[in-house]
Amino acid sequence: MTVYGWGLIVVFALVLTALALPLGRYMAAVYTGQRTFMDPLLARPEHLLYRVIGVRVDRGQDWKRYATSLIAFSLVGWLLLYFILRTQTLWSFTGLNPMGYHSMPWNVAFNTVSSFLTNTNWQYYGGETTMSYFSQMAGLAVQNFVSAAVGISVAVALIRGIVTHVATSERDSAKAHSIGNFWQDLVRTVLYVLLPISLIIALILLSQGVIENFSRYLSFTGITHIAQTLAMGPVASQEAIKLLGTNGGGFFNTNSAHPFENSNGLTNFVEMLAVLLIPAALVFTYGRMTGNRRQGYAIYATMMLMFLGAAAVCYIAEAHGSPAQHVAGLHTAVRAGTTGGNMEGKEQRFGIAGSALFNVVTTVTSCGAVNSALESFTGIGGAVPFANLSASEVIFGGVGTGLYSILLYVLLAVFLGGLMVGRTPEYIGKKVEAREIKLVALGILITPLSALFSTALATATRAGRASIDTAIAHGPQAFSETLYAYLSQANNNGSAFAGYSGFVQPVAGNVGSHGITFADLLGGFTMLFARYAPILFALAVAGTLVNKRVSPAGLGTMRTDNPTFVVLLIGVIVLVGALTFFPALLLGPIVQGLTGHLY
Amino acid sequence: MTIRKELVRSLVAMLVFTLLLGVAYPLVVTGIGQLAFRSQANGELVHVHGRLVGSKLIGQNFALPVYRHGKPLYQHGVLVTRPDPRYFQTRPSGTTPADNDAATSFANYGPNSTVTEKAIAANIAAYIALNGRYYPGGLTAAKVPVDAADTSASGVDPDISVANARIQAYRVAAVRHLPLGTVDALVAKYTIGRSLGFLGEPSVDVLELNLALDRL
Repeated sequence: MTVYGWGLIVVFALVLTALALPLGRYMAAVYTGQRTFMDPLLARPEHLLYRVIGVRVDRGQDWKRYATSLIAFSLVGWLLLYFILRTQTLWSFTGLNPMGYHSMPWNVAFNTVSSFLTNTNWQYYGGETTMSYFSQMAGLAVQNFVSAAVGISVAVALIRGIVTHVATSERDSAKAHSIGNFWQDLVRTVLYVLLPISLIIALILLSQGVIENFSRYLSFTGITHIAQTLAMGPVASQEAIKLLGTNGGGFFNTNSAHPFENSNGLTNFVEMLAVLLIPAALVFTYGRMTGNRRQGYAIYATMMLMFLGAAAVCYIAEAHGSPAQHVAGLHTAVRAGTTGGNMEGKEQRFGIAGSALFNVVTTVTSCGAVNSALESFTGIGGAVPFANLSASEVIFGGVGTGLYSILLYVLLAVFLGGLMVGRTPEYIGKKVEAREIKLVALGILITPLSALFSTALATATRAGRASIDTAIAHGPQAFSETLYAYLSQANNNGSAFAGYSGFVQPVAGNVGSHGITFADLLGGFTMLFARYAPILFALAVAGTLVNKRVSPAGLGTMRTDNPTFVVLLIGVIVLVGALTFFPALLLGPIVQGLTGHLY
Repeated sequence: MTIRKELVRSLVAMLVFTLLLGVAYPLVVTGIGQLAFRSQANGELVHVHGRLVGSKLIGQNFALPVYRHGKPLYQHGVLVTRPDPRYFQTRPSGTTPADNDAATSFANYGPNSTVTEKAIAANIAAYIALNGRYYPGGLTAAKVPVDAADTSASGVDPDISVANARIQAYRVAAVRHLPLGTVDALVAKYTIGRSLGFLGEPSVDVLELNLALDRL
């Protein structure tokens, strides 16, 4: 461990907070219909878009209508992306398939489409060996934008459910049930938030060496006359939204480890910031929309404490090195001119701290980008991503998904707190009753249940075990791979212990390649189910809360904006995560972390 | 019926978003990139006498083919190579063949795996075989820097650690009959510091270093 390593983590947390505060204020203005400094530029295109789509946004939607719009939009998005990937060769006329790649097999396409639609970006394919530039740009990157916008919309809708005050006289009107308009939230998120910030990030990345062109791959013979090839493509534009939208699907197979996606220490820092920027800002947006910023600060403190804990544990573990290195005779201490530590599957320019922090950043959120091989992390270092996923992506979490997930946990914590003091639980003046708690409990439990169910199915069946490369992984490592695959897909994260495969590609270019149908389908259904079921529960909670009477806070009201509540909330998150996942985690990463034994 | 109306809206919205986000946005970024950051947008390509020899950002295999009976040797269709001792060598790579930028992949070696231990031990042995006899006092496993024995993530890591470069400098200087000071000076010259002074790790760009050696 070095001063630079610890400094990186501290500086990152400070810069993130400094950027998230103003963005949170801006986003609160965007979602409450106030004027913003972007209005002169964007108001016209925004209203043009409403006209083209054919919506009247002055009409709010109740939660069922909101959900209907969201599901319809997702269904059409799914079909369109599936069509594009299955007809990749058809689009070669655009000149955006210079390597002449074939279309995706149906099973891999099913998995990939479900993956990008649900903001997961789990990848059972290698970008540079299977995907045309057209598919990457017009197919995958578009879903990177809109799946992120859908997540944010749900979060904003839930916030409205919590904070809206409906006057008693209006309680039965249609307006009283409105949690906003899906189309308006979608369009405003894309135009006012995602597109401008993506553009800025893309240009920063470009200036540092992330490529952006439509060239064929370049073949040449090196200075020792060995034939080599450089992959090309429009990377920077996609890289920006891949991170900003917490999507995580790499343009190249090795994702943000590839120098053309992430070229130096600065791009690494910018990419990490891009991932956490919106999830962090949304917490402040929430505080402002409740009218009590301290509500936001309490949640932010909860997230930041858990995040810093995860980063510290991961950094210490990776700096210590792995048993395999030590048995082979390597010395893993820091020495002059070398980083030391577990450099297996890590890039020199990022070193230990830059790799550990990146992977904590992308696994607390639902981003799932990686700049190093998660599978090669030490037992404890690798247990950190596991723990982050086990906490169901509430530590910052995905754009939107993080906030609506933690709000479900907040309601649960309020309920438990209410039980302890023996009062009807209230949150921001609204009573939390049996119906809400049922919905909250379902919303929280769906994700871990689908992760564990799918893991069990994949571990117990021969078809499931076909995805494990037994030449490299066996014993606890093989179980870790499987558990991580379904944990990651259920949490819509998309990072992988990448030895686990759903795709076999004998030669480049998709010719003769085929999917492992079991893994593709099980993963695809897991992602879809674990994305849309919680969304429906979150919207339903918004729907029941929106019209509730607001009672003024009294002396007996449990405060939800102080350190006591932060401790209670962390306790609830850790408890739920530990109770659901501890037995499974014991069999994989923890076993490896506790022993110097090789398998 | 609202459902049908919503589906039509969705289709229109998706098509508009595809044009805006999937076509216009990347074209704008490409346009700006090709105008303002031409070299970066095209991959920091390096040409020697007008011939492309690689990218500063992508690691290469600075190797020689292994010949058997006067013909290059192939195994499973992949050319067998040995490191060219005149050049600095990049880190171990998990791609097939090594440093294959057209199909990058992780090695995915687990932390407690015998497979990993064997792979690292083999990398150490190869590193010592290549550099050991030039290094004063000889090399042992304990002296090998971690980046020289551990596989990189991308498989095309363009950089090595400063310690790794210093050890290889003894070999390169001896094979090329150069004073060690000259080679060490080049290593120092092509060491990229931390971005903004504190982000990332100092690293040595192997392609630039090797090209500078050839220019001596």
